[in-house]
Amino acid sequence: MKKLLTSTALIAAMAMPAFAQETLDPKAQSGGGIVVTYKDDVATLDPAIGYDWQNWSMIKSLFDGLMDYAPGTTELRPGLAESYDVSEDGMTFTFHLRTGVKFHNGREMTADDVKYSLDRVTNPVTQSPGAGFFGAIAGYDAMADGSTTSLGGVTVIDPATVEITLSRPDATFLHVMALNFASIVPSEAVDAANGDFGKMPVGTGAFKLDEWTIGQRLVFAKNPDYWRAGLPYLDTVTFEVGQEPIVALLRLQNGEVDVPGDGIPPAKFQEVMGDPEQAARVVEGGQLQTGYITLNVTIPPLDNVDVRKAINMAINKDRITQIINGRAVPATQPLPPSMPGYTEGYAGYAFDPETAKQMLADAGFADGFETELFVMNTDPNPRIAQAIQQDLASIGVSASIQSLAQANVIEAGGAGTAPMIWSGGMAWIADFPDPSNFFGPILGCAGAEEGGWNWSKFCVEEIDAEATAADSMLDPTAPERLAMWSDVYMKVMEEAPWVPVFNEQRYTMKSARMGGDDSLYVDPVSIPVNYDYVYVTE
Amino acid sequence: MAGYMLRRLVQAALILLGVSLITFFLLYVLPADPVRQIAGRSATPQTVANIRAQLGLDQPFIVQYGRYMAGLLQGDMGRSYLQKTDVATLIAARLPASLLLMAAGIGAELVIGLTMGVIAALWRGRAVDSGLMMTSFVTVSAPQFVVALLLLYLFAVKLGWFPIGGYGTPAHLVLPALTLGILGSGWYARMMRSSMIEVLRADFIRTARAKGLTRRRVILRHAMPNAILPIIAMIGIDIGIFMGGIVIVEGVFGWPGIGQLAWQAIQRVDIPIIMGVTLVSACAIVLGNLLADLITPLINPRIRIR
Repeated sequence: MKKLLTSTALIAAMAMPAFAQETLDPKAQSGGGIVVTYKDDVATLDPAIGYDWQNWSMIKSLFDGLMDYAPGTTELRPGLAESYDVSEDGMTFTFHLRTGVKFHNGREMTADDVKYSLDRVTNPVTQSPGAGFFGAIAGYDAMADGSTTSLGGVTVIDPATVEITLSRPDATFLHVMALNFASIVPSEAVDAANGDFGKMPVGTGAFKLDEWTIGQRLVFAKNPDYWRAGLPYLDTVTFEVGQEPIVALLRLQNGEVDVPGDGIPPAKFQEVMGDPEQAARVVEGGQLQTGYITLNVTIPPLDNVDVRKAINMAINKDRITQIINGRAVPATQPLPPSMPGYTEGYAGYAFDPETAKQMLADAGFADGFETELFVMNTDPNPRIAQAIQQDLASIGVSASIQSLAQANVIEAGGAGTAPMIWSGGMAWIADFPDPSNFFGPILGCAGAEEGGWNWSKFCVEEIDAEATAADSMLDPTAPERLAMWSDVYMKVMEEAPWVPVFNEQRYTMKSARMGGDDSLYVDPVSIPVNYDYVYVTE
Repeated sequence: MAGYMLRRLVQAALILLGVSLITFFLLYVLPADPVRQIAGRSATPQTVANIRAQLGLDQPFIVQYGRYMAGLLQGDMGRSYLQKTDVATLIAARLPASLLLMAAGIGAELVIGLTMGVIAALWRGRAVDSGLMMTSFVTVSAPQFVVALLLLYLFAVKLGWFPIGGYGTPAHLVLPALTLGILGSGWYARMMRSSMIEVLRADFIRTARAKGLTRRRVILRHAMPNAILPIIAMIGIDIGIFMGGIVIVEGVFGWPGIGQLAWQAIQRVDIPIIMGVTLVSACAIVLGNLLADLITPLINPRIRIR
């Protein structure tokens, strides 16, 4: 077995065996607490269940997985695994665990807990929405159909070593092991919670849950035994739920709130950005998100590629970006710019209604046609849909808007009955920073099945095959692999199943007393902020 | 009386059964799949099928409804699909806050509405009357969201008299209760005005005046108690309107009641929570109406229950 290093970040990490002693921010101060607000109550803190952007970062601070990301970046680094080896064929990963890491209940974490946690998340009884991510682990299928309760590919070698065997190569496997779903949980705490582990979470993370008053607040307290020495800086993080974003902003201005978790309300955005004092406390960053219009390739006349191209050319993306106060950059392709594999220099379909109209006429639709545009019914999405409707009208396409609740739009998209869907409010945000995550579920054949998230029902076998080949490569960051992915998305654009509209920017507002690098406030994996690394200065 | 009570209770049970059936049916035919919401966007078809089978959502409507009602009769309201917690626990944690806000809101609208109604009746046809009636018209039509935010901005942000949203102290209760009070006061003002005008024309008021009682005594001891009677029944009906309006007010003020719980559950098709909150609200409305019917004959002997 040969040691295989998969990225520069890992090389740096592995060169330092005592990685737990990472370089800390010299300006950081320990102590104090912050208040974060949210409109919605927190659904669950069970890492096998939680799958919304609100609880994702909270779970990240309560739990750890074998892999992790360097704060504020998309670079993988070892977490509870101190190091790992990969077999030459890329099918066996051996993780060497850190020793002396304790759960919040005081017990030491061992390889048995890793095995238990992976068994638990893939067991259908757990109903984990993330179970499918582990499909590459040997024995997954037997778990999924319920014929066993132990994942065959995960073997405990000794208390500090776990070996995971795959059934097929998976370049993204280390990213999967950094997902919240792969967090290590203690079996005794899961059993003791008797089905309510999501309300009584016990992990190894930087914070532990101290208080949860349903509908009012959650308090996270610093884990004094956290294995990353010197972290976290904050003593407490208090999440107050049930707060309208606009009220949260008023409270922030009043000094009662440190981070409004739902962001700056659209109606107040220009006012905040127009005030230099407030604007200085807003951190802007990209996020791994694309807003798009799906064109259902099975519904005539959208089954005609020229019609889809004409629609791509009819949409004025700059105007749509203005509707959301310029809080986005116009998109040219499915991948967002900060995603590896993004094709630099590709201009996409230019906004050109005249040519679009001509193309439509050449395709036999000189008089246009009627269609439907589905959209989620919360602001600003209906307004964006109206802009799209006007753009379509300019080339003779008459689209009626179906403005529905989120669940109804998702249902129509999955069933394949919606000719066009504006993805706003449900748009794809990457689970992990790898180009494959924008393909399989939303543009690949697997997602095109009834009920899948591929709302275009777009399925081209050659493109799928190239995607599979790219994912079989060992090193996720290898230039050849990223070139293959770039090629995949260029081929997708040739078929035009989507109109990529914009990539939303993130704007996190913070109180004046909050410290830490700006990158922590637009951390790609922890929204709104990385609680483990931020601090207060008073 | 006992027979009447029994009849009303049976009626109430039938109403609740009807509500449960209609709600469950609407959720069943709704073109939205709760399993998709639970399973998330990356779930494989196998995961989806597994979850559907575990929740029994692959069963026909009548089986699903039967299972739900069988559980309910044993006091089991089911588990939230997304929060994975007993619905009864979630509702129990939030119901006291909603009941408190409802009581305070009804108190506020009665005080404001009845006062307005009495003043308007006493100065009928004058400027103060038309002014008050105009105000009542505005409060009835004003959007709750706007009124709530205006009060919040003025009294909490600008003047700093009350906390900016939240829950816990009596000070937190004032603005949400006032919002509900102002919005609901218009109906009571109009009802009270016409009721008061009618009573003031009645023979017994003339008699009271003829006895030489002071104007103040006539109004407070003789006219008002009689004028309030028809209002009492309205409070019971008002509980239903309250249950609807409380969702928005709870949202703006961050009041941790069942309105917020329902709102979130509807967004995510969390059927057990939607059913639970609907049934609890329906119970409150039915009970409110029942109480109103039972109290009216106690304070007005002219109405007899048979």
